[in-house]
Amino acid sequence: MDSNFEALGAALPRILDGVWITLQLTVGGALLAMLIAVTLGLLARQENILVRGFARAIIEFFRGTSLVVQLFWFFFVLPQLGVELDAMFVGILALGLNYGAYAAEVVRGSINSVPQGQWEATTALSMTSAQRMRRVIFPQAWALMIPSLSNLLIHLLKGTAIVSFITMADLTFRVDQLRIDTDTFFAYTVGLIIYFVLAYILTLVMNMLEVQAKHRLGRGESLREALSLRSPDTGVDAGEGARS
Amino acid sequence: MNDIWNWELAWEALPTLLVGFFTVTLLVTVVSTAIAAILGLVIAIARRSAPKPIAAVIRFVIDFIRMTPIVVQLLFAYYAFTNIDPLTIGIAVFGIHYSTYMAEVYRAGIESVPKGQWEATTALSMSRRRTWVAVIIPQAVRATVPALGNYAISMFKDTPFLLSIGVVEMVQAGLVFGGNHFKYIEAITLAGIIFLLASYPTSLLICRLEKRLAFRN
Amino acid sequence: MAAPNGAVPAIEFRDVQKRFGDTVVLDGLNFTVAKGDRVTLIGPSGSGKTTILRLVMTLEDLTDGYIFIDGEPLTHAEVDGERVELKPKHKTEIRKRIGMVFQQFNLFPNMTVIENIIEAPVHVLGMSKEDAIEKARGLLDQVGLADKEDAHPLELSGGQQQRVAIARALAMDPEILLLDEVTSALDPEIVGEVLGILKDVAESTDITMLIVTHEMQFARDVSNRILMFDGGRIVEEGTPEEFFTNPKEQRTRDFLQAVVADPITGALPWQPAPGASGTPAAPATPTTPSTTSTTTQDGDPL
Repeated sequence: MDSNFEALGAALPRILDGVWITLQLTVGGALLAMLIAVTLGLLARQENILVRGFARAIIEFFRGTSLVVQLFWFFFVLPQLGVELDAMFVGILALGLNYGAYAAEVVRGSINSVPQGQWEATTALSMTSAQRMRRVIFPQAWALMIPSLSNLLIHLLKGTAIVSFITMADLTFRVDQLRIDTDTFFAYTVGLIIYFVLAYILTLVMNMLEVQAKHRLGRGESLREALSLRSPDTGVDAGEGARS
Repeated sequence: MNDIWNWELAWEALPTLLVGFFTVTLLVTVVSTAIAAILGLVIAIARRSAPKPIAAVIRFVIDFIRMTPIVVQLLFAYYAFTNIDPLTIGIAVFGIHYSTYMAEVYRAGIESVPKGQWEATTALSMSRRRTWVAVIIPQAVRATVPALGNYAISMFKDTPFLLSIGVVEMVQAGLVFGGNHFKYIEAITLAGIIFLLASYPTSLLICRLEKRLAFRN
Repeated sequence: MAAPNGAVPAIEFRDVQKRFGDTVVLDGLNFTVAKGDRVTLIGPSGSGKTTILRLVMTLEDLTDGYIFIDGEPLTHAEVDGERVELKPKHKTEIRKRIGMVFQQFNLFPNMTVIENIIEAPVHVLGMSKEDAIEKARGLLDQVGLADKEDAHPLELSGGQQQRVAIARALAMDPEILLLDEVTSALDPEIVGEVLGILKDVAESTDITMLIVTHEMQFARDVSNRILMFDGGRIVEEGTPEEFFTNPKEQRTRDFLQAVVADPITGALPWQPAPGASGTPAAPATPTTPSTTSTTTQDGDPL
């Protein structure tokens, strides 16, 4: 038992290196995924059938072909075609494209869920379609899409574990190393707990974003109120009071 | 290695890939989906029927399994149960991991059954067991079929994770083939195409089923 | 009140047809609205009234025919005998002269009250932010919500939201204002405050108004012309005076009887009850709150 913790203490710097790699992949992959999601999500609702078809094809392709296949394609095939990519870059690329395709559907669906009246009001105010999307529709769609994006982010974090297949020393790789000096149960429990804590922190961050986004739409309390310890009823009361 | 794409090599790779596909990829998907579907329901009912502290423990365990990578869970089970063959371990881990997702789907389904249904079973003095089997589950489960299908597809695309515990499924078979021929493009591209060919039509089917169920409600 | 002969009408419908799938909503509709006119469209639901407003606002595409705003074609023009669709840019230019207030308010929940009002003046008309804010404050004062400029729309009551929506539409200085059942989503006791504001707008400006409403008293107070629709056609038209006191068509009489008659005596609010000739009708009706009596200048109930 003690030797387990001793081994853990000795391995801690390496494990933290692994956590750092995992975090870089998660954040980099998520940023790339968001960029792809917004681009494809907007293209997938264009009227032009060529544009829409192109976006749909990309979305279905990256959703349908499996993350591991995409990772291996970038890692094993591209070098043979003369394109050498850094493993970290390959990891971020595969994660970003795969989860970006999933998130594109979330973006598209959320934009479509913004009530019809909001679109009509922008027409009545003669806004251009760019103004309408940027200033009215997207800010409202954003609040709708956060819960699904939050789920996808956790999937993405879990998905980063596959980069150990392409020789990257991420958290999974380091935990596998730790197993040699400790017993199996100990090493993997530590690994799972670290992943769980990371996932939990990401969930909290996304929840905060959601509270903030909803507050901007005049629904629910502000982030500061949500984080304060006293019971947060005031935000709702203000809304109800005005109804009298 | 002068051609980018070698049709002969692709043709040669295909049987290897298909063997991996049918003996492992498809097998794991089908059996693990069945486990997830049943275990998920058991978890959902347990969470609802159990006393609060136990329900809280169940919830924590579910969250823990759901929020940690399958790859690490596979490795854990693989080294912890050295006497069990890796394929069985893979099937069990996939089944258990996805049962946590299915439990959430069932939970939503159970909650969507109107309160009046529960009250009616009480008014009829129905037993707890009979209430679940005859009234609640039939109503709760129907709407969960599309979600189950979507998770099956998701699991299908996660099966390459099995290579971490040495199970040769389709992608690992392709990788080995590519390594032997010093050329990866054919086998890996084909593996991707097979995934796409199998998953895309299935997801279209589920989408239609979903619309039909939504329409009927 | 009516525009002098020969003047260009503010709105002209020429042979307008509108179909939704196989359903013909408007079939060869012709009518004009002179500048400064206040025209109310009434009729049973499904008669195409709201569709007319939505066509003017380009929220729907017309199936056939033409709509002219100030004599200029809105969406389609006749070129060498051919009906051709105009460029979106042209539509946008014409559309800037038209404002609309919706049944469901449609305020932007991601913006505060004042941001809702200055959004289009700043980003569509290119007004400076300072000027837009100054103007918006004036309008908020006019609709009695000067203290709500930093509130979020969803924190306001329905009546307050609709007042902000009116201010938002007026901030664009529209030549034409479309009012689409603006009180239908409101609780009966706050209908008056919204209609009172619109009456003030009607009295203090020369904005052309096209109104769809079920509030007959409001129609009577504000409009100078009333068009009765049924089945996508104009059944009858006239001044409110003629229209409400002496409707010519049986269908108009039936409609008025159904919407506004006193549920107990069967009397129309502005007519003596049948069988009680000579005696005046009950002073108030439960179904149509009188805009003149219930509204105060600021519109706040307390």
